[in-house]
Amino acid sequence: MNDILTIIGMVLMLIGGIFLFLGGLGIFRMPDTYNRLQAGTKATTLGGMSVILSVGLIEPGWFVKTLVLVIFIALSNPISSHALARANYRRKNYPFLKGGPEYDQYRQVFEDKKEKKEQVKEEETA
Amino acid sequence: MLNIIIYITLGFMFVGIFFSALRFVLGPTAADRTVALDTLTTIAMALLVLLSFISNRFIYIDIALVYGVLGFIGVLVIARYLEGAL
Repeated sequence: MNDILTIIGMVLMLIGGIFLFLGGLGIFRMPDTYNRLQAGTKATTLGGMSVILSVGLIEPGWFVKTLVLVIFIALSNPISSHALARANYRRKNYPFLKGGPEYDQYRQVFEDKKEKKEQVKEEETA
Repeated sequence: MLNIIIYITLGFMFVGIFFSALRFVLGPTAADRTVALDTLTTIAMALLVLLSFISNRFIYIDIALVYGVLGFIGVLVIARYLEGAL
């Protein structure tokens, strides 16, 4: 039983190391902030989770604590990536699209919302 | 066998840390640097857990948890600041 867990842990550890390396490579090679966010957050989430889980499998006494860490990574990494993408969009760093800006459907909603807000402000001051 | 796997994993992680740190230094905008910081935080958490397994000390996992919480809050605060809401 212990040997099987160790073998599963070793495979998971190797997979996690490869995915962490791919996350670092993607964050260096990708051309755009949004692409970097994609590569750097998702690959690193999988890599970190599998490395931490592999240590928990090889050393069964530590399994509960490593599970806490895995759940924490699964909860916190998407939230921080979402906050970063939103902040980058609100600074008007729009993503580069091959078909032109009309393919960016969120942009219309965003600008409409902003116009509405400004209209409300003007009405309040007037 | 386990030792060799651990060495290979450490090598991959160090190369990933190197590329992320390079982007952290080079990055054209502040958002790029923050993304690189987020990646570095997660890789460092995995590295701390692996270190606790290598040196057989249970307490390093707690350190990894605290480091992850602090990095998460830091990235959230920087994102809010970049957004202009802070």
